[in-house]
Amino acid sequence: MVEQATFLKRRTLLALPALGLGAGAWPRAAHSAQAEGEPTRGGVLQFSVAAEPPTYDLHATGTFAVMHRVAPHYSTLLRFEPYNYPNIVGDLAESWEESPDHLTYTFKLHPNVRFHDGTILTSEDVKASWDRLRDPPPGIVSNKQPSFAKIARIETPDPLTVIFHMKEVDASIMDVFASPWNSIYSAARLREDPNFPARNIMGTGPFRFVEHVAGSHWVGERFEGYFRQGRPYLDGFRAITMSTSAMVNALSGRQIMAEFRGVAPTERDRIVRALGEDALVQESSWMLHMICTFNCERKPFDDPRVRRALSLAIDRWGGSRALSRISQLGPVGGAVRPGSEWSATPQEMEQWPGYGRDMAANRAEAKRLLREAGAENLSFTLVDRSIAPYVTTGVFLIDQWRQIGVRAEHQQLELAAWYQAQGSGSFDVFVDSFAQYSDDPTTVLVKYISSDRSPSAAARATDRELDRLFDEQARTADKEQRKRLIRQFEARMFEQNYAVPILWWQRILVMNKRVRGYPMSPSHMVYQSLADVWLAPEPS
Amino acid sequence: MTAIGKAGPGAGLPTASVRREPRRRSAILAFILAQPLGAAGLAVILIMGLAAVFAEVVAPYDPVANDFVAMLSPPSAEHLLGTDNFGRDIFSRIIYGARTALTIGFASSFLGCTLGGLIGIASAYFGGRIDLIVQRFVDVLLSFPIIVLALVVVAVLGHNPVAGIDLNLIFAIAIPIVPRAARVLRSAALAIREMPYVDAARAGGYSDTHIILRHMAPNVVAPYLIILTAYIAQAILLEASLSFLGLGVSEPKPAWGLMLSGDSANFYLEAPWMILFPGVAISLAVFAFNLFGDSLRDWLDPKFKT
Repeated sequence: MVEQATFLKRRTLLALPALGLGAGAWPRAAHSAQAEGEPTRGGVLQFSVAAEPPTYDLHATGTFAVMHRVAPHYSTLLRFEPYNYPNIVGDLAESWEESPDHLTYTFKLHPNVRFHDGTILTSEDVKASWDRLRDPPPGIVSNKQPSFAKIARIETPDPLTVIFHMKEVDASIMDVFASPWNSIYSAARLREDPNFPARNIMGTGPFRFVEHVAGSHWVGERFEGYFRQGRPYLDGFRAITMSTSAMVNALSGRQIMAEFRGVAPTERDRIVRALGEDALVQESSWMLHMICTFNCERKPFDDPRVRRALSLAIDRWGGSRALSRISQLGPVGGAVRPGSEWSATPQEMEQWPGYGRDMAANRAEAKRLLREAGAENLSFTLVDRSIAPYVTTGVFLIDQWRQIGVRAEHQQLELAAWYQAQGSGSFDVFVDSFAQYSDDPTTVLVKYISSDRSPSAAARATDRELDRLFDEQARTADKEQRKRLIRQFEARMFEQNYAVPILWWQRILVMNKRVRGYPMSPSHMVYQSLADVWLAPEPS
Repeated sequence: MTAIGKAGPGAGLPTASVRREPRRRSAILAFILAQPLGAAGLAVILIMGLAAVFAEVVAPYDPVANDFVAMLSPPSAEHLLGTDNFGRDIFSRIIYGARTALTIGFASSFLGCTLGGLIGIASAYFGGRIDLIVQRFVDVLLSFPIIVLALVVVAVLGHNPVAGIDLNLIFAIAIPIVPRAARVLRSAALAIREMPYVDAARAGGYSDTHIILRHMAPNVVAPYLIILTAYIAQAILLEASLSFLGLGVSEPKPAWGLMLSGDSANFYLEAPWMILFPGVAISLAVFAFNLFGDSLRDWLDPKFKT
């Protein structure tokens, strides 16, 4: 048995330091647990979440509104190591072994792990949860189902052993095992009701569920039977639902102590001004990007010329420079995070339609394509969310399209309605986003493959060439070969433009300095269990 | 002045109608002389109305055009009232915002006052149990603060933009006006119900609808006009409030309340003009309509003339 065994070398550490936005002006985060001092027990962490959860089921969704509330109640098989992202360590798995042919993964579970109802977790619970993820029963949504396509079967030879047999090599499978979305549910509860997790909370995580008052708050209290000794440090947490502007005021006024998604540069400055020395600022690039998705089942968006014209009209480079001043939006990138080892270079990007720097030429070509497609006076509804920076993106896109004579009506929806529109296809053009928990290309390219293969692909398009390239890169262990396949995938993606990236986000976290043990990372989906978070004593 | 009814039931009976002013121009002049503040309010309303109608000519820039070079520019010769965080010209957005404010303000107030007026007049006319039931229903609606009722309606109905105008928003603002207009116009109609010409019309065999619309409604036009102007101000304020709360007009459409919300809160120190000028526009419009409404009341109500 080996700890953290994997055939892939872990990726180089992600650049966590500031993006150069006045770095050094604020108190900065400590980047190790030791640097934060000796943890103390007690206290209730109050933090804000800017949206209501559309479900309680982590398997079914991809929004932080669920993750930030629900993650403290559950455990996963593996997890990303705190302060050492993206290194992977065990969570429920005490150890694991990978076969030399990379087709079998054997996990040994911690003994005596208890669910919040007192029952003991066994390998059956892991199998039931993972079977639900890879092959959900009718009526159950597994949001990232294609990520599990390479798993052939799961065996449970004894109550503490789980064996995953793969159909073929999956280069991303270790990240999938560590995904914070793949929470372990009780097999008994799933047998009673496969949809149990959508409306109930019952896990093995560090906090028990107390209550959720819609539109107001979500409360968790310490689970004394948590399997990791001495954790959690907090007595509990209270996630308060509030808008971004209310969050800025509450954080400035010390009514809350943290917000884990991220703020805009101007919001950061306001909070720092108010908190002074008590503000702790952490910045990072972000595995989160904005996407413009066309409904390919609706006219005229079934015409590739129209989609290409609308993508060509977007000045991504100019938008990046300007919008990074006023919002969390920032870097220009393709399907994978710019700056990551898998990303195209800026020179490669400029070859993609819509990424060229000559906007006059781009817009002339866009107008020509619209004329050719008979869609010169195109008008449609742009469906968007009602929070920043989605609204910023919507305003930006509408102005970009205005410049080629296209008129878009901006419809802003609350989270549940936005998800409903995304899932049902009741939109013309959709401001979408995709948050990853890892840089592994499979975890993000899944957003751009055929809709019949990926619940998170909202364009309602079918493209078997994209699917083929997706599958091929997923089973390619050789990094250079895999990069080439990703470039081919992106080339095909920008040829068809079913859904196109707009801009990537930059993550800026501001919290009260008393909050300790929360490691910064380029994903707002990891480290949300709060098991290691503690509150420093209030200064006298 | 009276008019002669059409042939049919009650033919030959006198009906009441609005007193027509033969010399309208001198009446306007008299209003200006008698009510200078109201005239000033009217002037502001006319200026706003003209700016709204001819916004394409008056506004120097497209109100939704982003200008990344000019983001957060202070007031200057190029941008009279500065620019916002998208580099949009605030002066242009205020001019186009007048179109939004006046359209929604007038349409909501007209719908609310007309509907409320008809309910109030009918309630007064029928009296008895019908009046009792209608007025208790009105009491229930009046118990909700105007903004709360509008919030509920807009939250339930959602948005329904038609030709750039959100019909549901107009409806949401009109609903809270209905009971208030109904109560005011019922009071006016109660006195009219006792007038001999109403008895005469009833005796002449006219239908209830005919009596309400042809004999009673024309005689409450004065209070109707007064509450109409007063509620235009309320409706403008309500639209601005709903837009500020994110339930009214959506970005990037220019609207005064919307200009005060969202990102403005983050930039008020860096770019105070982003909130200053839309705030002034809202205040000025509400003040102008209130001045004009009050003056109109003084001008039309005989009690105030003495």
